[in-house]
Amino acid sequence: MNMKWLLAIIFYIFPSMIFANELSSDRQKTLLYLLRQDCGSCHGMTLKGGLGPALLPETLANKPTEFLVQTILDGRPNTAMPPWRGLLTQAEAVWLVAELVKGIPHEH
Amino acid sequence: MSTNLLFTSDLKQFLLNTVIFLSLSFFPLFNQATELRGTGDLGVVVERATGSILIVDTTTRTRLSKVEGFGDLSHASVVFSRDQRYAYVFGRDGGLTKVDILLGTIVNRVIQAGNSIGGAISQDGQLIAVSNYTPGGVKLFAADSLELLADLPTNSKVVGLVDAPGQRLVFSLFDTGEIWVADVHNPRQPEIKKFTNVGKQPYDALIFPNGRYYLAGLFGEKGFALLNLWQLEAGVKRILPDYGKGEETLPVYKMPHLEGCGITDDHLLVPAVGQHTVLVIDRHTWQQVKSIPVHGQPVFVMARPDGRQVWVNFALPDNDTVQVIDTTDFSIIKTLTPGKAVLHLEFTPRGEAVWVSVRDEDRLVVYNTETFESIATLPADKPSGIFFTARAHKIGQ
Repeated sequence: MNMKWLLAIIFYIFPSMIFANELSSDRQKTLLYLLRQDCGSCHGMTLKGGLGPALLPETLANKPTEFLVQTILDGRPNTAMPPWRGLLTQAEAVWLVAELVKGIPHEH
Repeated sequence: MSTNLLFTSDLKQFLLNTVIFLSLSFFPLFNQATELRGTGDLGVVVERATGSILIVDTTTRTRLSKVEGFGDLSHASVVFSRDQRYAYVFGRDGGLTKVDILLGTIVNRVIQAGNSIGGAISQDGQLIAVSNYTPGGVKLFAADSLELLADLPTNSKVVGLVDAPGQRLVFSLFDTGEIWVADVHNPRQPEIKKFTNVGKQPYDALIFPNGRYYLAGLFGEKGFALLNLWQLEAGVKRILPDYGKGEETLPVYKMPHLEGCGITDDHLLVPAVGQHTVLVIDRHTWQQVKSIPVHGQPVFVMARPDGRQVWVNFALPDNDTVQVIDTTDFSIIKTLTPGKAVLHLEFTPRGEAVWVSVRDEDRLVVYNTETFESIATLPADKPSGIFFTARAHKIGQ
């Protein structure tokens, strides 16, 4: 392996692997807004549920992260949960799941 | 003794005169506070994020007051008492709140369930019905006191609750695919007629302006479930079972609503689910006659009161746009972009103007429906549903 490749790995590939989940704070704000306002149409603005189930830390506790990420990206067949893949990236779905599991603080 | 009495009487007179003088001096001030007015041109706008409502005047196009303390209004709806003085606000968190819209105050509030979706007021104006998700069912309350009169558990989320002539309530069950018709002449012991296997996952319903037909839209499969309330024995009829056949089903980022759907002399215009079209149904044959391609997944397909125009808003990510359909030839005659996240539309009682809520831009925009010009803009905190008191006198609210 020549030096060029080594440098490429150190400066481009590693960082992109490590920081894949680093979303800009603006994007994070947008995602939280989307979560409250638009996901909130079905899951409730306080995420206590509606047509869709509650998305509180206690209701998500037993669900594997992978399953939750996949639910966001691909939706759930035979339910009203749509696939969000067209509007959200994998990294964004991962970030949202982490936030949900942690618990989203209320705005008020 | 008598001098004393005289003096007292004089003093009384003096005080009285002083009061009258002061009252007259401040007359304009007092007058403003006690001015008599009607409520027929008022309305309520839901501010979903702050759990508050605005009381608005549709004649002067102004905000009259803001009332707070409604809890989670992420999905809220409103009905009005028939004297048009009180609004009943149904909140997501199961809150049922009675508001005096003249005084801008909460009269009464009960938390009647864990998770609620909407409500209705009975034909005689005496009962408030609330449809609930958790625990699933319908509860009946006295409109004056909000006393609980009956609880109808359903084992399913309840959607599409409307009142119907004959002191009835009609609603659909999302999880079990049923339509129930409840006769509430005796509100403590409603008589229920159930229709099962109406189709998978009814998500909302509408009732015709004369109260004859109840139409539930299906989410779990294509089509609609139609019930003729003048002829219950005929049962539920399925219509448009395969609309949009062969077309790709697109994701639905917001559930469409059927309330206020476009009903004209001969046709009914309703949102397709999973397709970016508005369906035109013949009111006599119940066959689809057309599908109108539109800008996105339609959410509300609202007819102007005269039925000449139908205004449509859309789900994410196309929710900055409103399109207007001319019902004489089903062409799209106008595409407007009021702003980010248009959530709801409400026409003034006779339709010369329409109010549009633009959630992400924190404002209401009022359009002239003849010229399509924006004629007013009012600030509102994350506005969603807009409800005018004219609804008080319409069947199916």
